[in-house]
Amino acid sequence: MQKSNVVLGLAVIMLGLVSGCSSAAAPQAAQEIKIGGDLELSGGVATYGQSVLNAVNLAFEDQNNKGGLLGKQLKFITADNKSEAGESTTAITKLITQDKVVAVLGAVTSSNTKAAVPVSADNKIPLITPTATNAEVTVNKDGSLNKWVFRSCFLDPFQGKVAENFVTNTLKLNKAAVFIDQKDDYSKGLAAEFSKDLTSAGGTITDTENYVGGDKDFRSTLTRIKASNPEVLFVPGYYSEVGLIVKQARELGITTPIVGGDGWDSAKLADLAGAANLNDTYYVDHMWAGDPATKPFADAYTAKYKAEPDALAALGYDAAEMLIEAIKTTGGTDPEKLRTALENTKDFQGVTGVITVDPKTHNPIKSAVIIKLVDGKKTLLTHVNP
Amino acid sequence: MGSSITQQIFQQLVNGLSLGSIYALIALGYTMVYGIVKLINFAHGDVMMVGAYSGWFAITVLHWSFLPALLFSMVACALLGVVIERIAYKPLRNASRIAALITAIGVSLFLEYGGMLLVTAQVRTYPPVFPETMYSIHGVIFKYGDIVMLLTSVILMALLHFTVQYTKMGKAMRAVSFDKDAALLMGINTNNIISFTFAIGSALAAAAGVLMGVYFNTIDPLMGMIPGLKAFVAAVLGGIGIIPGAMVGGLMLGLIESIVSGLGASTWRDAVAFLILILVLIIKPSGLFGKNVREKV
Repeated sequence: MQKSNVVLGLAVIMLGLVSGCSSAAAPQAAQEIKIGGDLELSGGVATYGQSVLNAVNLAFEDQNNKGGLLGKQLKFITADNKSEAGESTTAITKLITQDKVVAVLGAVTSSNTKAAVPVSADNKIPLITPTATNAEVTVNKDGSLNKWVFRSCFLDPFQGKVAENFVTNTLKLNKAAVFIDQKDDYSKGLAAEFSKDLTSAGGTITDTENYVGGDKDFRSTLTRIKASNPEVLFVPGYYSEVGLIVKQARELGITTPIVGGDGWDSAKLADLAGAANLNDTYYVDHMWAGDPATKPFADAYTAKYKAEPDALAALGYDAAEMLIEAIKTTGGTDPEKLRTALENTKDFQGVTGVITVDPKTHNPIKSAVIIKLVDGKKTLLTHVNP
Repeated sequence: MGSSITQQIFQQLVNGLSLGSIYALIALGYTMVYGIVKLINFAHGDVMMVGAYSGWFAITVLHWSFLPALLFSMVACALLGVVIERIAYKPLRNASRIAALITAIGVSLFLEYGGMLLVTAQVRTYPPVFPETMYSIHGVIFKYGDIVMLLTSVILMALLHFTVQYTKMGKAMRAVSFDKDAALLMGINTNNIISFTFAIGSALAAAAGVLMGVYFNTIDPLMGMIPGLKAFVAAVLGGIGIIPGAMVGGLMLGLIESIVSGLGASTWRDAVAFLILILVLIIKPSGLFGKNVREKV
């Protein structure tokens, strides 16, 4: 008798504890929509992850100040993938299984995003990468679609095509030398498209040379490139090497225009290359901070973080806004419905241009800009529509 | 802007010499430490990185001019070298050589990733210290920095050679290198001599680091890794432990790499450098300047 009383008492206490917990947690859960961020917050490309994090926080705070979404507050939960593919898989698994997020934003680089794709598919949670430009992020090699993955940026082949168009039609040059980062899929993708399009437009590639990311001395190869007499040099790489390449090319007396892709976008580029050396260089980018559609975002970002937003920040902001828009359209957070809403995104006015998602490939159809560097400062040259 | 084939060849020679003088500069410290202590100090490239950062700190944060900054970084690294030697290598002085070698790799990784923790992986840029003057002789172009690099490495090599061969300290160093115990019996403070060796070696690495930072105007915590390995190849090529050998080995390696890139095989450049290492070790392990001495095991 005594014993069963104790057991009963314990059971009552425990029940109370459990219900106490749930009653405390339930209203909070009902007031929040949890969204995950699988981001590069440390490691090699930490500045990229930080830009995206800042921009997403800006977008969510803005929305929360307007009263939130569906009467709930948005909560951004981040997990650091340390700029490594393996860690990216761990990060997204944690976000989905432990934090129970309704959608995930990230990762920044293509390889880290690819590592997160299977996890999002297995758990049927939408994944929106702001900046992974590699073609195989959304569509596999065999042509099958990764149903749960979306992105707010354009692709490598498109960038290569834009660069080629710019060289042929605006600069009116047709003899180009290409200098590729042999270690990087992004660089190779741009170069392949550029070379293919230039050749079919009647131009010639005078020389194709390779370097390896991390190299510092490019003079020997540049001397060889110079001897092939190109009218323009195409260097699709990242700013840390591009800066040195531009500097050393100018020092060796290569005075031709030099053209590149969005990997050039960094405040460091001018420090590395020297402002004067950057004259007559151009690159394809995602946005121009002075555009009417971009300016309010750029101003708000600058006010909050005391730094100008880069393209990664703008794309991060668009990814967050795309998700907000999809939640609004759906009127809920059911993953399958969110997925359908994202797939049908049409004429969405983002800060990096108007975005329409192609349901067959999940790739956005959007415009690019060409930036011209004048004394190390960015100036807008032109918009390029797809 | 066409350039004739001879012009191209000469340009590649200039490119090779200026790259080679960087390797030579790093290889000097490498080879000296090996010559005296018989330890391949794999942390040498990373001490160079620390030197580059201290120079950067002195120039951009303390606003010192080039020479004081160079001296500051050399002194800082000399101290660092002595500390590394006392903490990491001294307790192993009588252990097997492989133990010291593995410790050196450990120190190298410690400096690389400790540095990354401290200053972040972000690339930093050196302010322009040398005038950006370009010289052109018959279309062959080189800059002010190229001359400074080559001259510095030649001067340092001469100084080092003189110190080791003709001073009392150098005599003591050679004695320690020849037979540590006998040197001790002759009244030489071997501990001090070895510390001194590390101090000079590290100061040389710091000089190389600052010059490399100024020359390429970019530094990062992993900048010492590949140049360190290349300098090791250069030192082995010239005959490790032999000071003029490091100079010649460095210049040769620079020239070879430049020629490989100039022939259009730029991605094979590093492979060729390490192939040379393997070939030297197989064919003439004592290097170009070395005498073949059978090692007592």
